[in-house]
Amino acid sequence: MIKLENIIKKYPMGKRELTVLKEITLHIKQGELVAIMGPSGSGKTTMLNLLGCLDVPTSGSYLLEGREVSRLGSGELARIRGQKIGFIFQTFNLLSRLTALANVELAMTYAGGVDRKRALEALAKVGLSERIHHRPLELSGGEQQRVAIARSIVKNPSLFLADEPTGQLDSQSGSEVISILTSLHAEQGITLVVVTHDASIASHCQRIIHLKDGEIVTEENT
Amino acid sequence: MKKWYNLLATVWVGLVTHKLRSFLTILGVVIGVASVITLMSIGQGTQDSILSNIESMGTKKITISAGARTFGGVRSTASNTLTMEDAEAIAGQVPDITSVASTYSSNLQVVVGGENMNSSVTGVTPEYREVENLEITSGTFFSEDEYKRGSKVAVIGSNVAETLFGTDDPLGQRIRMGSIIATVTGVLESEGGGGFGMSADDAIYIPLTAMQQAVSQPRTAQGEKVVSSIVLTIADEELAEQVSDDITTVLRDRHRLGPGTDDDFNIMSTQEMAEMMTSTTETLTLLLGAVAAISLLVGGIGVMNIMLVSVLERTREIGIRKALGARDTDIWSQFLVEAALLTFVGGIIGVIFGWGIALLIDNLGLMTTVVSVNVVILAVSVAIGIGIFFGFYPAWNASRLNPIEALRSE
Repeated sequence: MIKLENIIKKYPMGKRELTVLKEITLHIKQGELVAIMGPSGSGKTTMLNLLGCLDVPTSGSYLLEGREVSRLGSGELARIRGQKIGFIFQTFNLLSRLTALANVELAMTYAGGVDRKRALEALAKVGLSERIHHRPLELSGGEQQRVAIARSIVKNPSLFLADEPTGQLDSQSGSEVISILTSLHAEQGITLVVVTHDASIASHCQRIIHLKDGEIVTEENT
Repeated sequence: MKKWYNLLATVWVGLVTHKLRSFLTILGVVIGVASVITLMSIGQGTQDSILSNIESMGTKKITISAGARTFGGVRSTASNTLTMEDAEAIAGQVPDITSVASTYSSNLQVVVGGENMNSSVTGVTPEYREVENLEITSGTFFSEDEYKRGSKVAVIGSNVAETLFGTDDPLGQRIRMGSIIATVTGVLESEGGGGFGMSADDAIYIPLTAMQQAVSQPRTAQGEKVVSSIVLTIADEELAEQVSDDITTVLRDRHRLGPGTDDDFNIMSTQEMAEMMTSTTETLTLLLGAVAAISLLVGGIGVMNIMLVSVLERTREIGIRKALGARDTDIWSQFLVEAALLTFVGGIIGVIFGWGIALLIDNLGLMTTVVSVNVVILAVSVAIGIGIFFGFYPAWNASRLNPIEALRSE
């Protein structure tokens, strides 16, 4: 479903260029649970941004569901993000003035249209039926992250991308979030790529990819 | 449709969340729109009251004054070209005229007991009352007979009566004007209103024959008695132009003006005067509106300022929206709609305020004000337009933010 071929990403750094990703080639199949690990500065986040169509590579090819997306304009990329990608951020990234329900519905406005029933279903799936009218600041970190997951589920995306999803959570809520994600994978066969430092998350994944200095150093199947 | 509803709802929530800031942002627009509405209503009100004043003088009236017409219908230096004989000739030769009166005005020292004022005294023929449609509150206007005898009687305007006699009954009192002493036989009904030019409220009318005893009325080279103006009424206001042309022919002939020579008199119908005043007050109204529009512009700059701040402040929100699939145009329209909605609400509040102030001014009797619907629609549209214009740049800035960097911002 995802085919990265010879992806190079360079950023200008003053007069020089910094090469963050060096000829990455990676295939991810539908329904796979993949962890990307590596020290900071290894290019994990850049890789996630590319996978999430927030950015395009300097060179190389990125096929998402058979479609070449590495040369698309910003409008097309936004459409793909809206319909095919579900982001789960370390810092949740909910809009603080909107309720949980409104945050979920917001994602739908950019993905084809609001459907209150589906929004409620998604919130029920993450166990937040009782908290739909609360704003993010009235929710715990774990609850906020679950709203963020519901926000992704509701779009039924092709690809879930999680960036340190438990990085700001205590271990209790962290493991709740992980169990929601793994059960989504088990029940619906979602494709999930998760960037993490946390070995316990990685242990739930089928594949662990280790990045270092912009290159894949090892790939292990569990 | 649904999409628009969502967009409006999104924007509305944002504005309501920041009530105070939203209010301060639109304050400039509120003041701008309110002042446009108020000032334009004053202009319009002034115009309406001037027009109704002119119409109260009678729409069938034509005034002929001496001297060539210059720009704006203002008489050039007084010249002694119109005569009593001209008036008689017009009455005799031009059809469709119902009544003709001649006047001769002079500034005289007016004395009553200890009161002393310098006033314009007008000697008129008896027809004057009918032509000018003068209403008498007490006493009578002088008769044909009194005119012929040169009776020393005076009819005074309401303001003059108040100035000279206060609360005393003016009837039967004596007024000294220059060298003649006249008895007040009538007081005119107050015309009220600001009026313009000469108001009958400030006038003193005496028979023209009595005037001739007080001041020496000049004569032309032909020995005709000079008058200040000839006023007349016509049978039908539709005929104003025709009658004016006929009078012109008669007067040019009598004054022996060859082709190529300008008229030495000036004919103006009420209709014409109304048109002239309308164009003057319209200019005035526009000018007032333009001044007020400047404050609207300043309000617009305030909106832009706040929108720029708002974009900065919501960088992260923009990043989130973009990550969720918002296209540049979605972000752009969100901010543009926000600016337009802000100024629209400001415009509506401004209309309410402006209208209220206009009504207040009117009710307090300070000035006549008329709020026209066109001005309201225009002001609100301009307010929205200002929102779009000044919101454009901030919205464009917002839409061009890089989602990765926007997400990283605090």
